[in-house]
Amino acid sequence: MKVKLCGVGGGRLGTLVGLGRSGAAALALPGCLLYTRTGSAPHLTCDTLQAVSGVPAVAQLTLPTVAELHEVLEEYKEGAAKFIGMPDAVLYCSLHDPVAPCPSGYNTNKTVSLWGNSGRMEMTASKFMDIQRAIQPDWFQCISDGDTISGEVGRKRAKKSVDRSLSFLDVCLQLLEKSPELQGSVMFGAIEGGDILEERLRSARETAKRPVGGFLLDGFQGCAMAKETKLKLIASVTAELPEDKPRIIHGVGKPDEVLECIERGVDIFESFFPFQVTERGCALVFSYDCHPDPEAAVLKQNGAQDLDKNGAEKDQDEIAKADPEITPFEIFLKDKRYQDDFGPLLEGCTCYCCQRHTRAYVHHLLVTNELLAGVLLMMHNFQHYFSFFSAIRDALRDDKLDQLKNLVFRQALQGPGNAKPGQ
Amino acid sequence: MAAPMAAGPGPAPLLRVVAECGRSRARAGELRLPHGPVPCPVFMPVGTRGTAKGVTAAQLAALGCRICLGNTYHLGTRPGPELVQRAGGLHSFMDWPHNLLTDSGGFQMVSLVELSEVTEEGVRFRSPYGGEEILLSPEKSIEIQNALGADIVMQLDDVVSSTTTGPRVEEAMHRSVRWLDRCIAANRRPERQNLFAIIQGGLDPALRTQCLEEMTRRDVPGFAIGGLSGGEEKDRFWRMVKLSTDRLPRDKPRYLMGVGYATDLVVCVALGCDMFDCVFPTRTARFGSALVPWGSLQLKNKQFAKDFRPIDEKCRCPTCQRHSRAYLHALVRSETAALHHLTVHNIAYQLNLMGSIRESILAQRFPEFVREFLSTMYGARERVPAWVLEALGAAGITLD
Repeated sequence: MKVKLCGVGGGRLGTLVGLGRSGAAALALPGCLLYTRTGSAPHLTCDTLQAVSGVPAVAQLTLPTVAELHEVLEEYKEGAAKFIGMPDAVLYCSLHDPVAPCPSGYNTNKTVSLWGNSGRMEMTASKFMDIQRAIQPDWFQCISDGDTISGEVGRKRAKKSVDRSLSFLDVCLQLLEKSPELQGSVMFGAIEGGDILEERLRSARETAKRPVGGFLLDGFQGCAMAKETKLKLIASVTAELPEDKPRIIHGVGKPDEVLECIERGVDIFESFFPFQVTERGCALVFSYDCHPDPEAAVLKQNGAQDLDKNGAEKDQDEIAKADPEITPFEIFLKDKRYQDDFGPLLEGCTCYCCQRHTRAYVHHLLVTNELLAGVLLMMHNFQHYFSFFSAIRDALRDDKLDQLKNLVFRQALQGPGNAKPGQ
Repeated sequence: MAAPMAAGPGPAPLLRVVAECGRSRARAGELRLPHGPVPCPVFMPVGTRGTAKGVTAAQLAALGCRICLGNTYHLGTRPGPELVQRAGGLHSFMDWPHNLLTDSGGFQMVSLVELSEVTEEGVRFRSPYGGEEILLSPEKSIEIQNALGADIVMQLDDVVSSTTTGPRVEEAMHRSVRWLDRCIAANRRPERQNLFAIIQGGLDPALRTQCLEEMTRRDVPGFAIGGLSGGEEKDRFWRMVKLSTDRLPRDKPRYLMGVGYATDLVVCVALGCDMFDCVFPTRTARFGSALVPWGSLQLKNKQFAKDFRPIDEKCRCPTCQRHSRAYLHALVRSETAALHHLTVHNIAYQLNLMGSIRESILAQRFPEFVREFLSTMYGARERVPAWVLEALGAAGITLD
């Protein structure tokens, strides 16, 4: 597995080649993974997932959901990809689920805690590797202590997170060598260190010395860390890493934040963000088309106008039942204004939902708690998000990342606080 | 719009019978509906609120479904007939290119009885959303159904629970006949929306016979057998079905409402029914249960945790092509995708069952099909319920 860069500034445009056990798959960079829950794209079956275009070649499996199936997978013997019905997918197994909160204070020098459906599981390095042998992922995140997210953790705790993670990494690398089941698997080393620059650098340098297949920038989830600090640390860390190995980040999904990380050398993201948008009854409508063609721009403006409407709604105090997490990149379809809106979720979108259904229909499904609402929104939100990554790569290729950034940042500033009156 | 009634040969008949079983009353045919032909006998999945429970219209069509149900009561309250009409009708609103059938809203009288009062005028509901009173008259029911635009619409009938006895049953039967006339008069699109009468009369043979006599005198495109499948004894159920099919015209479709258990479908096809609907297959899927030729599998049960076989090795549905019982068992604990997998499988099971029934009738081997079906479902003959043997015997099919 190797990153082939196309050598353009402002981000790492390229391809991750030689993926998977067959070595035939490739992932365009910057790119994202397909988020799954217990190995299934949320709300979707094979049919409905196939109707989504641009699905990434790599699916993310989260260890807490699979760890509970350890015994089952051990007996199955053929690995998780085949077990979940995606025999051809390249699987990346992360230690945590980006959507599930992970309580602080449960890691020790020897164990890391995972939180699954049936509660807490204590994971030692050897237990962790046992499970990986049953999963047989193509890539996996090495067990690490990333319990530094909650804000003020202090230098001592940050140092501990680095020490522990390096020690887990050494044990796991040894075990990896001795595991015939994992000879086709690539381990990603986690870079820890909280918000302490020296610890981050030490973590990056030490991890880079070891034979890992790629790097995970961990501990940047959540918003406890100031954004400036976060971005500075990310840039400093990626500067220490070899060019030819991929860098993945966890817990960063909002379009503006993704772009900021890409500028600082991050290659791979998750796709939990469109899932969260779906769960709160919303559709992504942000524009990422920085094409100069004015006609195309008008077409896309439809989305931007709706984003303004989100704000207008706030004044009417009708959005009260909406999730406070709603970002300026999405519209809340359960809102009464969409009751008789016979347009698609997003004008010009080619997804299954937008080609066949109206906002009024999705509104109706949400109001009546019909399961199809989640299916249709997930199809749209995934496709929109995957296309966003494709637009990022196009922008990098055409040297237009700044335009794309401007476009996305302008939309990020819209929304509730910035509603234009009368719209 | 004036309907081409009475004068001339009239509209083409809805049902074309293609083959009839030499022994029983089973027949294979085709319903010639505005949104394309529908082979029958047919099972119609229920899409109560303009969606078949988590399955997309494309998935439903890919499974071979050519007609499904919408509920007038539910759609009439949310999103309301005006909105559906503005969306271009229910077909367009849910983007379903094939046929639709809407019920009259009357069945909710049984299920929501505490909210309603029945008079000659109609049924008075209190809307569960907002609390205002709504009068569902025969005219109103048809008006809503005209707005929804289904290919088959049902008359408003006075539904009483099948376990009710006494004068209320007789009153309901007579009222249903009167309401049928009002519905026929109210239907503004008879050429595009086929109005079915609903035979009532509870479990009383005399009342049901009387209802059949009255209703078959009316020129409607099809008949439904109503007021059954509400918890009555199976022994009385099948006799009422047989009594109805005995007296229904051969050249019109017969729709047995609310029936969807595999055995009931096979028996009632033998008794001469053509169309069925039931929420059971999709509802049971949402409780984790998968239908198989030998009954069902409760996939939540621990016994499936390490069972790496598909739900049914012979099933060709997308779920069985890709997923094992073990994976579905793992998924069903927390993910809605599992429910979709099971819903797809269960709809496929129902449609395949009806497809096999139809093929066997066409091939003049329906009695053999029935015997194989029962042997797979129940194993030994002694395990076949007595009412099944009796009903089949009455239809001319024995297990020997």
